Amino acid sequence: MGRTSTFLFSAAVTVLAGTMPAFAAWQPQKPIEFVATAGPGGGTDNLARAVQNIITKHKLTEQPIVVVNKGGGSGAEGYVYGKASAGDPYKVIFGTSNAWQQPLVSKVAFNYTDLTPIAAMAQDEFLLWVKQDAPYKNAGDYLKAAASGEFRMGGAQSKDTDEVLTRMIEKAGKVKLTYIPFKSGAETAVQLAGGHLDSHVNNPSESLGQWRGGTQRPLCVFSPKRLPQGPKVTATEGWSDVPTCVEQGLDIKQYEQPRTVWLPGKVTPEQAAFYVDLMKKVQATPEWKDYIEKTSQVDTFLTGAEFDKFIKEDLEHVKQVAGEQGWLVK
Amino acid sequence: MENLQELLHGFTIAVTVPHLLMMVVGVLLGILVGVLPGLGAPNGVSLLLPLTFGMQPVSAIILLSSMYWGALFGGSVTSILFNIPGEPSSVATTFDGYPMARDGRPTTALATAFGSAAFGALIGVILITFLASWVAQVALAFGPPEYFAVYFLAFASFVGMGGAAPIKTVVALAIGFAIAAIGIDTVSGSVRLTMGVDELVKGVSFVVAVMGLFGIGELLVAVEEEFHARAVSSKIDWREVFRAVGRLPRHALALLRSAAIGCWMGITPGGPTAASFMSYGIARRFSRRGRYFGTGEVEGIISPETADHAAGTSALLPMLSLGIPGSATAAVMMGGLMIWGLNPGPMLFVDQKDFVWGLIASMYVGNIVAVALVLLTVPVFAALMRIPFVVIAPLIVIICVVGAYSVSNSYLDVVMMLGFGIVGYLFKKLFYPLAPLVLAIVIGDKAEDAFRQSMLLSKGSLGIFFANKLVTCLIVGGIALLLLPLALQLARLRRKPAPSTDETAVQETAREKVII
Repeated sequence: MGRTSTFLFSAAVTVLAGTMPAFAAWQPQKPIEFVATAGPGGGTDNLARAVQNIITKHKLTEQPIVVVNKGGGSGAEGYVYGKASAGDPYKVIFGTSNAWQQPLVSKVAFNYTDLTPIAAMAQDEFLLWVKQDAPYKNAGDYLKAAASGEFRMGGAQSKDTDEVLTRMIEKAGKVKLTYIPFKSGAETAVQLAGGHLDSHVNNPSESLGQWRGGTQRPLCVFSPKRLPQGPKVTATEGWSDVPTCVEQGLDIKQYEQPRTVWLPGKVTPEQAAFYVDLMKKVQATPEWKDYIEKTSQVDTFLTGAEFDKFIKEDLEHVKQVAGEQGWLVK
Repeated sequence: MENLQELLHGFTIAVTVPHLLMMVVGVLLGILVGVLPGLGAPNGVSLLLPLTFGMQPVSAIILLSSMYWGALFGGSVTSILFNIPGEPSSVATTFDGYPMARDGRPTTALATAFGSAAFGALIGVILITFLASWVAQVALAFGPPEYFAVYFLAFASFVGMGGAAPIKTVVALAIGFAIAAIGIDTVSGSVRLTMGVDELVKGVSFVVAVMGLFGIGELLVAVEEEFHARAVSSKIDWREVFRAVGRLPRHALALLRSAAIGCWMGITPGGPTAASFMSYGIARRFSRRGRYFGTGEVEGIISPETADHAAGTSALLPMLSLGIPGSATAAVMMGGLMIWGLNPGPMLFVDQKDFVWGLIASMYVGNIVAVALVLLTVPVFAALMRIPFVVIAPLIVIICVVGAYSVSNSYLDVVMMLGFGIVGYLFKKLFYPLAPLVLAIVIGDKAEDAFRQSMLLSKGSLGIFFANKLVTCLIVGGIALLLLPLALQLARLRRKPAPSTDETAVQETAREKVII
């Protein structure tokens, strides 16, 4: 709607003013930099590169796009860079919910308010995974066995999404888990396959290969309803066959990780509108559908007030968990 | 011999005109990014990645992996000629490669490095071909305590056998550990040692540290010593290339030992960097000419290069079969696999036979192509050494500054690089060894993570490091390597009980040996 009216308005202005493009909607005039707040090969990096590829292929903008990785400090490097580039509409930052979660729990030199939110483009789901030959068949059995207090839960990074979810499981299931942080979800999956852990809460794409290979299996998904029907992963099962955790008596209705897109702070509304529009166009392409399916994510598009509301709600939630654990930094 | 059949099938995929052409292009691009400052294999591969989206996965991976081989070879060139290692794993190559090149034998140094690297890669591919499934099982046995034990072994093999005074080695290590701790800590998630500089949250990049320590540090020493580098009169001599490669079999023992260390560190989580350091350290201890190491010894080049490439090659196996990338470049390629619609993991070998065996076959062919191309370029690179010092010195400064800046387009990195240059200069002047410092910067934080993860697992008991055979062997081996020099010294003391002269003698030799 907003887009059409801007378009009509600028078209009208162009017609009226002849060749004078002064009031036309903002367009980039030089190469654009995509900043992935993760190292090469991770989920955030894949998203930035997929978007770059789609934009280039469909010529959605005239300007070339370069992807740079600034994944140091669990992504803080990229956000700090975004903060330092205030007013520069040629830097687009790709991240996750750690844009607002990380400043809560560690003394990093940025906050999400230093950036201009553009959109949340995809939601990654979380599942509870155990080793293939583990005795428990569902989340209920798992919790019963975990009551011994000897269970080791692995995850990516400390005080980040994986550990927050672990603490939520502890509370909802009334158990105590030892959380061991690793560098990435892929590393965690291998540790589970080797029997060094009892469980982890990886995203689908992080453990897809391991599930197919029969080293680990999902018990339940932290989502209000089962995942969409897709191709079978193993000979007999696909993502839609995984029950929800609530079904199995682990009362955590929803836990998702959004993939987020930001501009630096202090950019003009026209500049932000250009990128919201650009991302919408990206999402309408068949290549995007393909990317979503291959990485087993859920397609969403939150922007403007909706995105703000999502951030506020998630922030409240994480604050509560972090407060209970004594993680909050002043 | 089911694997052999699969491999032959793989060759029919890899040895086709378009694929061979792709290998040549990939290798040449790889050599280019390897030699150019600050680019390096991971960046090169990510730049090329978007071009491969439309390709068949097997063609794409052949192109990218050929680029990787080319970059690995290219990275050794700057290590040897200018003392600037392009990749962490070629640091150990500078120890003897650079002195040899400076002494007027750059052709020999380069040819030796390339020849032994090719041998290491070949052993690595053979291992992958025949032991793929077994290797994947071994890698699974490694949990945090085993990871720590492997790093401990790498430290011990280098530290215990280093030539420098033990206390100086410990000081160098401690500084390295402190630098490695800068940034966000994986286990607690908190920010450490950034001293109020926001940007330091990303940690200290290895490239920045090494360019300063080696490139700038060496330059400062050279300037002070009025090293007018009488432009080294290296004749462009093709025969020397073949002679150097022909002499390699004489060092069969060193080659085999280094390849074994490389393969072991490649399939376990040690990786190429730890492998090359460990191989160098062990070679210095066991080689007949060990005490001349650091002055341009042939085996001082062979050992790290062979181990580096054996590890680099065999590290692709955990990537394919487990989905854990063994190096930064492997991580980028893995991202590529996902985009091409393949999922790295145990099923890849079952579902995607053409892809896997096409890739393995291309590793044989690609490495042969890479060695042939790279040997052809030796005289050209060697000729660079003839450029007089007054021209080369500013060039090195430019390379280091541009290289440090391009790591993450940050001015802070340039300043830090220059700071490391001064540290490198001081280390040389005060006879402190640089190798333990670099080793600690590169794998110090990984060792720390593994140790603290182990402590979480065991609830604080050190018993976890003796909980099973594997980890016990690794730890005991590490301790033995650490105590070896002490034991040798004690034995020597007992033989000739004249403490006063002996002490000075020990100091003398220590001083002599701190060339690194």
